Amino acid sequence: MSLTNLLSAESIQQIDREVAKYPAEQSRSAVMGALRIAQTEKRFLTNELIEAVALYLNIAPMAAYEVATFYNMYDMKPVGKYKLTVCTNLPCALSGGYTTADYLKQKLGIGFNETTADGKFTLKEGECMGACGYAPVMLVNNHSMCNHMTPEAIDKKLAELE
Amino acid sequence: MTVYVKGVVFGDVDFDNPDCWRLEEYVKRGGYAALKKIINEKISQDDIIAEMKTSSLRGRGGAGFPTGLKWSFMPRSFPGQKYLVCNTDEGEPGTFKDLDIIVYNPHALIEGMIIGGYAMGITVGYNYIHGEVFEAYQRFEEALEEARAAGFLGDNILGSDFSFQLHAHHGYGAYICGEETALLESLEGKKGQPRFKPPFPASFGLYGKPTTINNTETFASVPYIVREGGQKFLELGKPNNGGTKLFSVSGHVNRPGNYEIPLGTPFADLLEMCGGMRDGKKLKAVIPGGSSAPVLPADIMMQCTMDYDSIAKAGSMLGSGAVIVMDETVSMVSALERLSYFYHEESCGQCTPCREGTGWLYRVVHRIAKGEGRPEDLDLLSRVGDNIAGRTICALGDAAVFPVRGMLKHFRHEFEDLIKDAQTAKPL
Repeated sequence: MSLTNLLSAESIQQIDREVAKYPAEQSRSAVMGALRIAQTEKRFLTNELIEAVALYLNIAPMAAYEVATFYNMYDMKPVGKYKLTVCTNLPCALSGGYTTADYLKQKLGIGFNETTADGKFTLKEGECMGACGYAPVMLVNNHSMCNHMTPEAIDKKLAELE
Repeated sequence: MTVYVKGVVFGDVDFDNPDCWRLEEYVKRGGYAALKKIINEKISQDDIIAEMKTSSLRGRGGAGFPTGLKWSFMPRSFPGQKYLVCNTDEGEPGTFKDLDIIVYNPHALIEGMIIGGYAMGITVGYNYIHGEVFEAYQRFEEALEEARAAGFLGDNILGSDFSFQLHAHHGYGAYICGEETALLESLEGKKGQPRFKPPFPASFGLYGKPTTINNTETFASVPYIVREGGQKFLELGKPNNGGTKLFSVSGHVNRPGNYEIPLGTPFADLLEMCGGMRDGKKLKAVIPGGSSAPVLPADIMMQCTMDYDSIAKAGSMLGSGAVIVMDETVSMVSALERLSYFYHEESCGQCTPCREGTGWLYRVVHRIAKGEGRPEDLDLLSRVGDNIAGRTICALGDAAVFPVRGMLKHFRHEFEDLIKDAQTAKPL
């Protein structure tokens, strides 16, 4: 199926803006942005979606697939409505990263790489997000950074996520 | 906001003003004056590069390579397209300075890149931004729009015949893309796997064209150098280590954050600026330049000044300026276990010594940390390390080995104790 049938007009517009950043013969450069935009709308990437992105950019489906599987933030399997990624790397760990992760596990009743039964939350262990000064940090759906995630801050954040 | 002491890059930024990042505010504090000066006075490319050399600015991404020298490598007369690339793929554990630059002073970076383009005869640039900081990416896009609308960026800048296009490229979660050739592969829309060097990017870079790559903080220091002169920048620091530098301090201090201080500042002073050790605990060890830098024990660290040469002399590296502070409660085995897991997780898989070796390093440190270590494990770690370091295409292999060597050099007894007595295990 063509990408224009799979994604909203707004997403297509965003992808076109990505394509315009690169030389005309280098549309492949836009594949990372296009996959990100597709995933943001559809929550995770299916083979059909990846292939449609490839066709839209006029590159081989395998070229898009290898990008989707190489970078950590692309989801190749269904995830919950909210994907919570907690950093446990050393700088975060020194400021309570594991406490944050344990609190979330206990509160949601799931472990890393699991999704709550109602499909609302998926929990992931993340690597350095480049925000250690705000440790411990957590990322919601790849794009929203939450700082200083103490148990109280987690309670507040989870209540906000409907 | 996590910037507590301001220097060259953050200058007069008023963090209390939510609009401090906007073009209007940047211009008010002297922004784009350097670019105007260059255009209006028709300053030559050679003069700018000479000024960069005088400044003794060294690459702020980790390698510390002299920026002026790097700029002089660009074959300016090359007839085809050339590219300028900024590396904002900040993912070295402990480093969080470039994030604050993009969020609070993005126009300093934009102006620095435009000047770089002018000095090297380059008309197109990209800024590659770390995947996990999407909100910063969006802000940078907005800042680019402002610069275009004001005539600082785009065709015929400020009415001159110089044109420069700049775009943001968003990563999506791969530490390896901070390595410059992996970053170029990623910009081309491929897996981020490093290239063999040579050829170096200056001759074969983005899309096979001559390319200069610098770190965010490096570019953001350029307007100051052009405005105030290279000599003044140099004098802020010490010889061969010009300027102020951002240090990202994390871990067991009272006030983690970014401190932009003169190169050559004693570590003891930096620790004091951070409000000292958290909960009044004793300093045990410091990783002075991001997770890839060998750890240094407290007594050595307290004698160091924060500059490339002093830290190198002490047996570690200044790297990106990420200072990870650990107090007496931290098990060095557990700290190393977490770092080794990181390098194993982030190895791109291209070179066998790194792909397999980082797994070995992690599994052996992991079993020691669990209290299941064997007496021969420390020699095994050294041997595995020797078979990775220097045998891979890029420096990730070395980066995985340096922390192991540093820990075994300075804290070998902790590993030996834990192998003898599992009860001493202490997770992070």
